[in-house]
Amino acid sequence: MSIVIKRKPLNFLERIYLPEIARGLATTFRRLWGKPVTLEYPEQRPTIPEGYRGVPTLVKDPEGREKCVSCQLCEFVCPPKAIRIKPGAISEDSEFAHVEKGPQEFDIDMLRCIYCGLCQEVCPEEAIWLQNDYSLSGYSRSEMVNDKEKLYELGGTLPDLHFKWKKKQEAAAKGSGH
Amino acid sequence: MDINFIILKFVYAAIVVSVIMGLCSYAVLAERKISSWIQGRVGPNRTSLPLIGSIPVLGPFLTRLGVFQPIPDGLKFLFKEDVVPGHVNKFYFIMAPVISLVPALTTVVVVPFGRIVTDAGEVVPLVLANVNVGLLFLFAISSLSVYGIVLAGWSSNSKYPFLGGIRASAQMISYELAMGVSILPILMWVNNPGLEGTMNLFDIAQAQNGFWFAMWMPLSAIIFLVCLFAETNRLPFDMAESETELVSGFHTEYSSFKFGLFFVGEYAHMVIGSCVFTLLFLGSWNPLPFVTIDMLGWGAGYIGAALSVAIFLGKMCGLMFFFMWIRWTLPRFRYDQVMKLGWKILLPLSIANLIAYVFIIYYLDTSL
Repeated sequence: MSIVIKRKPLNFLERIYLPEIARGLATTFRRLWGKPVTLEYPEQRPTIPEGYRGVPTLVKDPEGREKCVSCQLCEFVCPPKAIRIKPGAISEDSEFAHVEKGPQEFDIDMLRCIYCGLCQEVCPEEAIWLQNDYSLSGYSRSEMVNDKEKLYELGGTLPDLHFKWKKKQEAAAKGSGH
Repeated sequence: MDINFIILKFVYAAIVVSVIMGLCSYAVLAERKISSWIQGRVGPNRTSLPLIGSIPVLGPFLTRLGVFQPIPDGLKFLFKEDVVPGHVNKFYFIMAPVISLVPALTTVVVVPFGRIVTDAGEVVPLVLANVNVGLLFLFAISSLSVYGIVLAGWSSNSKYPFLGGIRASAQMISYELAMGVSILPILMWVNNPGLEGTMNLFDIAQAQNGFWFAMWMPLSAIIFLVCLFAETNRLPFDMAESETELVSGFHTEYSSFKFGLFFVGEYAHMVIGSCVFTLLFLGSWNPLPFVTIDMLGWGAGYIGAALSVAIFLGKMCGLMFFFMWIRWTLPRFRYDQVMKLGWKILLPLSIANLIAYVFIIYYLDTSL
């Protein structure tokens, strides 16, 4: 069904165009004194909304444990194959020896990363988080690959709701599996 | 004519041309700033000079205002790679930007930009050449600049410049007619019967000590102004460029300094156009209608001369602002609308206006 929009026929003043131009000029003249809406970027930064997907990072729990257990699910799910993990064992004399595994190397190639957030979604340990930083730059390709150290530096510590491995350890001490 | 006189004229010419060029470069800055203010943006605000930029309050203020921006803008035109595409007609391709700039700078010669009272009490124009056919010379030379655009469009040998060139030539030729007819009432009024006839711009300016022509010939002024927009290829009449449809119109294939010449040429045309409109319709250097500088008692000597130049330039800058203001108010006309406006509305209107003023002036001259 077609909709016919009725246009009001122009009156004489509108047809000679000049009064309407004057009205338009008045409008632009008012705008001339308006406040600019520009965000002057490097000095002023936008406020980052909740749930923003910026640079992917690795995080530690409040006890200082590396949360990643190098299950490699993120490596598997990553669509552009930006993540490379070399799994390793946690040494026997470590405080967290009961976790058994941790990443030996963890590289995210930020030239490949598409910020999709699938790694964060798939991670069973809530170890990988996309955080607020969005502006990355470097002078070489190798500089754009974030290694494990850099990832933890970017990630820092996030609050933990579960302390899953701590509970496991306590349960094991009491003799039950869980 | 002794050698000193010639050297003096050269010096004057150099001064006037460099002032016009300076005006052009700052007109570009003004255009960018005014555009951004109207659009709610900030505009150029980063360029800074080493010494002046580090003065405490003033430096950041000037930087924020973009005052130093024209310098890198100009340098950019000089140092960018100058590409001459393989498919162009080289000779005309290189000649076109020159042809479009030279007429604009040549017309400056006859434009008086102030007046000075000599010791003998005579009022003399500040002008490079006080030619008696000033207005005619001005129209003759400034209409030549369309050749630059047509040549650029044609010699570029590709479709968008070609379309731009065709549009520009059609438009400029159509609007020149209405423009010429619209100023005839002024010439009739200035050339009273019994007096020596003149087309001198200075005489026309001095004839506006009472009424300004924009006040008692408003229709002429409006028609002339619309045609001026068309002649200078400014929005809403920038058919030749119309970047949304023709990439960049006639200067699509131009880069670097050649493009810079077109660019400066456009602004030079704007400057000259504003000068001419101020001279013809806005009372040139009279501060208010019915008030001259002499009446206020400041007209004597060099101070009076400087004041007249300042008032003239002030009005001209106001008009330049109007050019930029209109640009962000009106969208571009369609090509057929431009032709319709030129041939079916402005030309008949200007002829009717002429005939009406023939009778009015005849009545005023015979019965009063």
